[in-house]
Order: sequence, then structure tokens, then C-alpha cells
Amino acid sequence: MATDTLSHVSHSEIATTVIQPRRPFWHLELGHLWEYHELLFFLVWRDVKVRYKQTALGVAWAILQPLMATLIFSIFFGRLAKMPSDGVPYPVFAFVALVPWQYFANALTESSNSLVASQNLIKKVYFPRLIIPMSSVVAGLVDFCFAFIVLIGMMFYYGIRPSGSIFLFPAFLLLAVATALAAGLWLSALNVQFRDVKHTIPFLAQFWFFATPVVYPSSIVPAKYRMWYGLNPMAGVVEGFRYSMLGKGHPGPMIWVSAAAVAVLLMGGVLYFRKMESTFADIV
Amino acid sequence: MSSTAIRAEGLSKRYTLGDSAPYKTLRESLTSMYRGAARRVRTLGSGAQKKQSFWALRGISFDIQHGEVVGVIGRNGAGKSTLLKILSRITWPTEGRALIHGRIGSLLEVGTGFHPELSGRENIFLNGAIMGMRKAEIAARFDEIVAFAEVEKFVDTPVKHYSSGMYVRLAFAIAAHLEPEILIVDEVLAVGDLAFQQKCLGKMSEVSQAGRTILFVSHNMAVVEKLCQRAILLQDGEIYFQGDTEEAIHRYMHKMLAANQAEGHTFDLSQTTDRRSNVGKLLKRVELYTGDGLPVREGIRLGSGLKLKVYFDLPKPTRSFDVGLGFDSMFGQRMFTAHSMFEPDRQTAERVGPQVFVCDIPSFTLMPGLYTVKIWLDINHALADSVSYAARVNVFESDYYGSGKVPWNGVMVLKHNWYVENPDRSIVAG
Repeated sequence: MATDTLSHVSHSEIATTVIQPRRPFWHLELGHLWEYHELLFFLVWRDVKVRYKQTALGVAWAILQPLMATLIFSIFFGRLAKMPSDGVPYPVFAFVALVPWQYFANALTESSNSLVASQNLIKKVYFPRLIIPMSSVVAGLVDFCFAFIVLIGMMFYYGIRPSGSIFLFPAFLLLAVATALAAGLWLSALNVQFRDVKHTIPFLAQFWFFATPVVYPSSIVPAKYRMWYGLNPMAGVVEGFRYSMLGKGHPGPMIWVSAAAVAVLLMGGVLYFRKMESTFADIV
Repeated sequence: MSSTAIRAEGLSKRYTLGDSAPYKTLRESLTSMYRGAARRVRTLGSGAQKKQSFWALRGISFDIQHGEVVGVIGRNGAGKSTLLKILSRITWPTEGRALIHGRIGSLLEVGTGFHPELSGRENIFLNGAIMGMRKAEIAARFDEIVAFAEVEKFVDTPVKHYSSGMYVRLAFAIAAHLEPEILIVDEVLAVGDLAFQQKCLGKMSEVSQAGRTILFVSHNMAVVEKLCQRAILLQDGEIYFQGDTEEAIHRYMHKMLAANQAEGHTFDLSQTTDRRSNVGKLLKRVELYTGDGLPVREGIRLGSGLKLKVYFDLPKPTRSFDVGLGFDSMFGQRMFTAHSMFEPDRQTAERVGPQVFVCDIPSFTLMPGLYTVKIWLDINHALADSVSYAARVNVFESDYYGSGKVPWNGVMVLKHNWYVENPDRSIVAG
């Protein structure tokens, strides 16, 4: 397995780059990654700009997606199946979960194929490859912002006043971003080596959707299992969002289980990605 | 040590040969795991089945000092692009290592990352960022880039509306303004029209004169000769020669010809694989003779006669067939083409089977040097067989003008006379 290390030779101002086969992949080289932060923003800017230039609906799509889902769920789960909704009107209940969920699902789909989609870049230009799945994950935040604005509007419409807990929502957003990134790193690296991974993503997203308390409250999960339920990091994200925006139902220790699960998933993802990184240009 | 820009120590790269695609699917992996286990049980004791591999590069070592311009030449598949990819950190060496002092800018392809929906302006920033420039740098050079590419009027139109020439000019313009300490360039000058290529060459000279180090791969020997002080000749993944540019080019040309079986004046083409044959290996051999009919050994003298006997085969009876000979200089420039269709006494009888065409050049007036001969056979106005480096002609100096002085300048000699005229327009003899 071949890699490179960066070492700064003290006696000259010019950095010396050493290219050699052996490198421990646990050297994350985050400082080196920071050098390319401008590129990250450019790639995000490109993805966002291109998407909005191409789609006729443009911004509207970012809002229509969660709104239409909310409509369907409100009819079938909220009204007909009479799903409990933690004392909040079902549409808000579903929408506040759909906003982070759809960010996650879209980021997952985009990032898992990101390396293969950028094969031209990977074969011709050098930059830390982590930037690629990262840019997919960050680009999704733009859509998230528009959906979030609609969420605020919806809350006012239903007369729900935000409480002090609303200041916690950035923490839960960060949790969602971390989960999307973790999953994206694993899947994008796997997809380079096993091309049919891309086809499993829709199934994975659906399965994950039902394992996450989007259309139902996590209170339907018996108390003794709720800690294990938190192993799904998106459960923590969604319940955390509901808590911070609507001020109801503190998710409890489940949050910490989710946070721990994401930390492990993310660390593992970064290490696996770095391990496989040296093979990308050869097999992508 | 600090004046060395790039030091390569035993760089090697191995690729495993295998299935059509280097990647797999999970399904394949799982089934092959099962099959592999079953096979191992069945063939216990017999030798392990090894995956085939080949070394794209083996033991490459060289030093490039700051400010040097070094060319990398070699046949297709010699390992040039692999070497550049390793130095650009796109792929990794299997063995060996390289030390690089300074910021590297790699031009392995122009227009990487261009998005057709974005405008020229947007692509300049995007592509610049991809190539490693900071936003501030790009902004500072924006006007220069647009001027170099000559796309001022179209800078806000989506790039998908650009002509291919504009696209390439813009891509190169961005890359040309990179300004890293070390520039690694892979054949990207082979784009655009002649005027643009001149511009690119000019920019490269500028960059080298500014004291930057350049490592440059090209098939265009004229450019390599012009820009590079040193050259590295790669052959089958190894360094065949490194040193003076002219000698490296010379050895490269010799190597190209060595693919044919050559014995003095006879060049056997029947086994040559490096050819384009639409009908078959019809060109059999070519023999070189001087004007007096003597076999050409070392070469011919400037101005001497040259006869080329081309032996070929016509598989089917045909009336319309012609042989072409192209004489190319060491730099790949076509100096002269001889074609049997230009023969005024051309016979058009129907022929079949082995043929011999003789091209009789009364006086070979190309300047001293090494020329390679490309031979092709047209049947019914369509190319039937062609060999690129079929033969070589070495031209030596001679007193062509009979003046006691040997011509040394230019690409050819032409018979001419000088007269003296009196101011009153009468000619003075002698």
C-alpha cells in the first residue's frame, strides 16, 4: 500500500514532500486537509450552482420535497392510522423530523457516489480525497436552510412558540452532518471498490428511514429498548430536533448513545477511507 | 541538497493484470469467495494461482535541480504518464521514493473539472481552485487569463457553448498561470491550432526563464529539443538513457527503428508489428542503394543519389495501387514525400502477387542528419498497409556545391549560382 507523508524540513522554508509506499493510514493529516479548505467551498459552490441552474423548480424543490412528504404522511399516518405525535399537530411533528432526515438522505445518496462521479478529478489532480465526500455533505446544507425557513413558518402557523431549547438545534444539526459524513465516507470508499454498492443505497435509505422516528415518535419504543434504539444516530438527531424546535420531550440518554455511535462510525469511516485512498486513482 | 527540486530513488510501480475492470461488485466478490474456497479444497497441494502483474516503472532514479527543464520521452507505454502521476501524488509507488522541494503544479490534462453549465468566469475560479490556486491568486490573474485565452466576449457564457478551440485555450490559460515552483506537464501542448501552440510554447519558455523547474513529457521532439536542457528516455518502465537532449532524441529514434530487423541496407518489414495494416502485412521489405547501385551501409553523402526498393505483395489482382515514402526528420517533421502517383509514366496494368517498386531519387538534398522513412501502400485509393519507422537514411556531409566548403545550415540544399552585376546592369563574367 503506497502513500505519502508531509514533513517540514526545518532548514528551508520550502516544504519537502516525500512520496513513498509506506505510510500508516492513521496519520489523518488534518492540517494538510485545511490547506484545501478553499477547494472544498468551490466544490460545494459548484454543486449548488449547477443544481439550481439545471432544475426548473430550483429552490422550490428543496421545499417541496419535505412538504409533499409531510402531506402524504399526515393523511395516512396522522389521520388514518392515528399515529401518536407527542402532543403536537401531526404535520409539524412529521415536518420537523423530515427537514434533517431529507438532508441526511440526500447527503447519503450524493456522497456515496461522489468518488466515482469525480473520477476524472481523481485521476488527474491531487488534493486530499476526503474533500470529495465532504463537499457532498456540505452542499446539502443549502437545501436544509430553505426547508428550515419553511419549518419556522410552519411553527408560527400552528402557533408553536420556540423555547430556550431552540439554541440547541445547531448541536443536533452537527450530529446529522457527522452521521451523513460518516456514512458517506464508508459508502463512497466501498463504492469505488464494489460498484454495486451504489444500487444498495436506495434500499439502505428506505430501511434507515423506517428505523428512524420520522413518522412515529420514539415513545412507541418500549423504554428498556430505547437506549439500543439510540444506536441509530439519526434517531438521536430527529428526536433532538423535535426537542429543540418544539420544546417537547427531552430525548434523554438516547442522545448520548447516538453521539457515541456517530463518533465510532465517523472515526472508522475516516480510517477506512484513508486506508483505501491510495488505491482510488488506480481503480476508480 | 537544497538545490535539488526532485529526487527520485528507485521508483517502481506494479499493476496487477486481471479482469476487465479493476473494481468488482459485491456479488462477484462473494461468489468468488465461495468458488475460491471450493477450488482450494479441490486442488489441495497444487501450486497457488497467482495473479499476473506487470511493472509499469522499475527502479527509476534521477535528480532534477531547481531551474532545470527536463524532458521525458519514450514510446507509448514506456511509463511516462505513470511517472508523472506518481510525482503528482495521484497514484503511489509500489517501491522506491521521491523527494520534492517546492510546490508542485501538475498539468496532466487541461480543463479538468470544467463544468459545462458554468460560465467561463465561474470555471476559471473552479478550475484554478482544483489546480491548487487560492481564490485571491485567481482573482489577481483573472484578466491575464482571459486575455491569454482570447475569450473576453464570452467570459460569462456557459462553457458548453464554447467552440472546442476556445475551451482548450481557456483551459490552458488557467493552467499556464499556475506559477508553482515545479511544473509537471504531460503532453498538453498538443492541443489547439498552430498559433495557440506557439503561444503555449512561449509561455513555457517564460516560465523556464523565470527559473522554475519543469518536467515535461512530449512526443514532439522539436519542442523537447527547444525547451529542455536534459532528457530522460524511458523504455518499458526503465530509464534507457538520461542526459543531453539531442543524444536522448537520437537514441530514441534509433530505438524506434530497432523494432524492425535491419541489416545494413535491408529492412525486413514482414514481422514488424508496429504498423497499420487494413488488408494485411503486405509490405515485405525495403532495400536502400546509392545512385550507383551499391548497397547503402552507414549512410549516403549529401546530394548523392538514393534508390529505395520496396518489396510488397498484392493479394488480389488490382490495377490501382501506389506506394508512398515519407522522409521525416529527427524531430518528426515531414521533410519530403515521394509517391508513385506522381510518376508521369505510371503504368496501370493489372497486377497480382509479389511486386517490387523502385523509387529513384537522383540527388538527395536534405541536410546531414538522420531521417526515418515511413512507407505505405494504397490499394484502390485506400490505405492497405503502412509502417511508420520502416527504414532510416543517414546523410553525411559532402561538398555539394563543389566549392571546397561544406554546407552546414538549413534543412536542405538547392542548386544555385551567384552572379555579379555591374551597376549599369551588364553582367561581369565570373
